[in-house]
Amino acid sequence: VSDAPSLAPSAHFREALERGSLELQRCASCASSVFPPRVLCPVCSSQDLEWHRSEGVGTVYSASTLQPRDAALYTVLLVDLDDGARVMAVTPGTSPGIGARIRVSVERDDEMPRLVAQVER
Amino acid sequence: MSAPRGTIAAVGIGEDGIGIAEPGSTPLDLIARSTTRALHDAGLQMSDVDGLFTASAYYQLPSINVAEYLGLRPRFSDSTALGGSSFVAHVGHAAAAIAAGLCDVALVVYGSTQRSDAGRLVSQSEGSPYEMPYRPRYPVTMYALAAARHMHEYGTTREQLAEVAVAARAWARRNPGAFARDPLTVDDVLASRVVSSPLTVRDCCLVTDGAAALLLTSAERARDLRRPPVHLLGYGEAHTHRSITSMPDLTVTGAVESGRRAYAQAGVQAADVAMLQLYDAFTINPILFLEDLGFCAKGEGGDLVASGAIAPGGRLPVNTNGGGLSYCHPGMYGLFALIEAVRQLRGEAGERQVEGDIALVHGNGGVLSSQVTAILGTDAVR
Repeated sequence: VSDAPSLAPSAHFREALERGSLELQRCASCASSVFPPRVLCPVCSSQDLEWHRSEGVGTVYSASTLQPRDAALYTVLLVDLDDGARVMAVTPGTSPGIGARIRVSVERDDEMPRLVAQVER
Repeated sequence: MSAPRGTIAAVGIGEDGIGIAEPGSTPLDLIARSTTRALHDAGLQMSDVDGLFTASAYYQLPSINVAEYLGLRPRFSDSTALGGSSFVAHVGHAAAAIAAGLCDVALVVYGSTQRSDAGRLVSQSEGSPYEMPYRPRYPVTMYALAAARHMHEYGTTREQLAEVAVAARAWARRNPGAFARDPLTVDDVLASRVVSSPLTVRDCCLVTDGAAALLLTSAERARDLRRPPVHLLGYGEAHTHRSITSMPDLTVTGAVESGRRAYAQAGVQAADVAMLQLYDAFTINPILFLEDLGFCAKGEGGDLVASGAIAPGGRLPVNTNGGGLSYCHPGMYGLFALIEAVRQLRGEAGERQVEGDIALVHGNGGVLSSQVTAILGTDAVR
């Protein structure tokens, strides 16, 4: 997917995210989704992993809302993406609810790119 | 390799600094005092100890730090680090080492001054770059995610979670050594500050100081020592993930596997267990472990804890010292669960004493990551 020269898996992921793209690994041997990125498939041990760009659409698997004393309320999510992996994401405000359909996009928080979820319409 | 059923026994226990330690204490000070108490309890000398098992959030090379302070020259050491379950694992590993002739008297020991160090303690967790940008509060948010999923799948309620904390407090009120002994109701738990929904501050374990020491040796040698031996009947360990994002199913823990292994070795079933000491870092934990260890079907843990079964007077006593929720929680709790099982099986638990010859101790580490089960019994069931 990426035109960049080959990088270590975690660096590839981070570099893609910096460009606003969520890229994930899939095992070419057993088709398992692999996340966090690594050099071998934890299901079948194959080292033949391929990158693909995720659509970023999925279902909320679980959610927990936090209210810091001096900052806005936010909800930490685990999201099961339709194209494979379970990832952590965040949404401002209260929980969209477990089972809600959401889309994640890359936004910056303190210079750090991260996945922010919005309810899919 | 493991030690054959009933061939290894716990022969000495000691604790120190439970709650708030003497000002200026280091973890090693508490470790040393708890070790001295365990040796006295067993009728052994420091020079008898030739195997050392410890883990720490303070020391990079914990066996070496502890041995230097105590003046030990162990011929076998193990610093297995699985988080809070490490010390239950150390019992299994020590038993195997004794059975293999690698040591004769094993010291399993742990101490922390986490409460006195508040704000200064460096977290033992490195933090995942795939989680930290989302600002979960480690580790409570990870357990909150498990609780939320359990509520969604099985209809477990907020009140049922609170019942776990209330039962723990009811036990602590019978234990003069417990740190938190004020009355606690379900309403109190529900009305307390939400830390990471659905968990409130009263769903979370204490932050205390404390140390504990446990001595193990062969059942043969145990016969000549001061206290009635408590035998290791079965042992099992498992781990399934490091970060919560990688936990396959947030409602099922590796306790399924560790429990199966421990029951198989002990030759007992859940129905034979008289009491449980379950690592209750958060109120969801005992619910998950009761299900995964076979005390009820998956999804029925909430009903079980709300039935009163786990509280004083109930048919299935859980965390009779008050647990990590009300007894103490100095960073890692596993060893304190073991100590309480030994006290109970010796009949030394005072006002909170329960009947029975078989206790199950279950340790949890990381974020439901590592699960270790030990089944202990009196001479009567060896």
